[in-house]
Amino acid sequence: MTTSPLAISRADGGAAPASTAPDATPLLDVRNVTLQYKTKAHLVTATYRVSFQVHRSDRFVLLGPSGCGKSTLLKAVGGYLTPTEGEMRLKERTITRPGPDRMMVFQEFDQLLPWKTVLQNVVFALHASGRLRGRAATDRACAYLDKVNLTKLADSYPHMLSGGMKQRVAIARGMAMEPDVLLMDEPFAALDALTRRKMQDELLRLWDDTHFTVLFVTHSIDEAIKIGNRILLLSPHPGQVKAELNSVADPADLAAATRLEQKIHRMLFSDRVEEEERVHE
Amino acid sequence: MNDAPSAQGTAPLAPSASARAGFPRADYLRASAVGSDFGVVEKPITVWARLYQVTWLRKLVILVLLAVLWQVYAQRLNNSLLVPTFGATIEAMIDGFRHGNLLERALFSLKVLLMGYSLGIALAGLFSMLAITFRLGNDLLETLTSMFNPLPAIALLPLALIWFGLGNGSIIFVLVHSVLWPVALNTHSGFLSVSNTLRMVGHNYGLRGFGYVGKILIPAAFPNILAGLKIGWAFAWRTLIAAELVFGVSSGKGGLGWFILENKNQLEIASVFAGLLTIILIGLFVENCVFRVIEQRTVRRWGMQA
Repeated sequence: MTTSPLAISRADGGAAPASTAPDATPLLDVRNVTLQYKTKAHLVTATYRVSFQVHRSDRFVLLGPSGCGKSTLLKAVGGYLTPTEGEMRLKERTITRPGPDRMMVFQEFDQLLPWKTVLQNVVFALHASGRLRGRAATDRACAYLDKVNLTKLADSYPHMLSGGMKQRVAIARGMAMEPDVLLMDEPFAALDALTRRKMQDELLRLWDDTHFTVLFVTHSIDEAIKIGNRILLLSPHPGQVKAELNSVADPADLAAATRLEQKIHRMLFSDRVEEEERVHE
Repeated sequence: MNDAPSAQGTAPLAPSASARAGFPRADYLRASAVGSDFGVVEKPITVWARLYQVTWLRKLVILVLLAVLWQVYAQRLNNSLLVPTFGATIEAMIDGFRHGNLLERALFSLKVLLMGYSLGIALAGLFSMLAITFRLGNDLLETLTSMFNPLPAIALLPLALIWFGLGNGSIIFVLVHSVLWPVALNTHSGFLSVSNTLRMVGHNYGLRGFGYVGKILIPAAFPNILAGLKIGWAFAWRTLIAAELVFGVSSGKGGLGWFILENKNQLEIASVFAGLLTIILIGLFVENCVFRVIEQRTVRRWGMQA
């Protein structure tokens, strides 16, 4: 395969995993995590014994078809769910509850507080979590809004913004908190195709800027290859690790991207064939 | 051009890439805008159309029409003991404010009303807070509201008179009862309708307990809370006037309800109407000035209500 095991990360040298000593211990360590949740009639196992490690400045993608528990896994890292088995450690501390060191960016457009302006939304996040106060909070919020080109709309209320702009505010809010890891739950899935592509480019541009660590959930193979430097492939019912792959080294290398896409597609597709055969038997 | 007809011909047999192309046409690129003969982009609307868009003006017209209707009907009826004219009512009202005790009565009513209203809201807030924090609190509120919400506050007045005696205590008790349940019910259902995403956002900031309720749930549920406050206000007014009518007789001084009863006994029907009109005017003022302003500054500005 063309993707070498030691892939050169985007923005070379910025954060090549395992090349320098402090990166040897993972930032986020998920070990044998089984997640279950109750519906009215069933106890559903969302993921079964999933393990993966996220290193500093990773753009780590959880990829899989619907029902593979990738969103549930992300919510567990966010601290909204407690694993029934296994453990999750961020900076060697077990995750027990939601906190501002793991900022979530959701798919839904209603994640911004409608009673606050764009700027207030970012500032309030800093205030409420106790990260920054007063002038310092406003300054940082402005700086991050500038990064996502929303300075002009700082005093608008969320309902005046388009879907793409709302997501940009949510990303700015998440980044302004400077969390250990940014958790993104299909943040571009509800956007139209053109906006989605633009947002993906913008996210990568932002990463080039600050090299934040992001855990990104998507069901689009295409998006996973474009956004991620490392891709965890999950199989459905219940979610289990199928593979962990390096993404293409150079996003401009379309041939490599296409080959990887086909490889992932085959891996996901082979599953479905097996399932169908089982049904026929 | 050549292979297009053949592709059409073979399409049913073997669908190929060219068969999906459809009717053959050439690409074209427009060099510049076609023209500028589409008229004006923006055109000012007429003065009438603009005036018609002013909400308070339309409402004022309705009020004036109602007053005219009243005046015309009363004049034709010509029986001031049944229906005094609008003019006579206004006269009695001005007279009541200037020489009589209408203002004093109205202020007395408002004072008692505000006391009962704010106490009711405070209790409603406490109940809803308990209900959203603890599951048992939720059950408690649901049970209590389904028990007491349908119970007319005035039905409790005889009991209140025994417990608190003749005076403001009894009235405030029934006022609290009339405000508490509708406000608590609306606030609670508002809390429950806050989207899961917003809840998660609040927890993500590390907010919990009172901070979470105060900074996330209350503003997020504000449309419902405001609706509850409006209903509570209306209920409080009704209860207050009714309560004053019932036992204003026995207590020396009273509010508007007592003013109405007093004047009825003296057959000063114009003054009875003046008392009723005062209640209506206060209601209109609170609805259109207080609540409307709150609405415009909050839920409308936030895009939470059209």
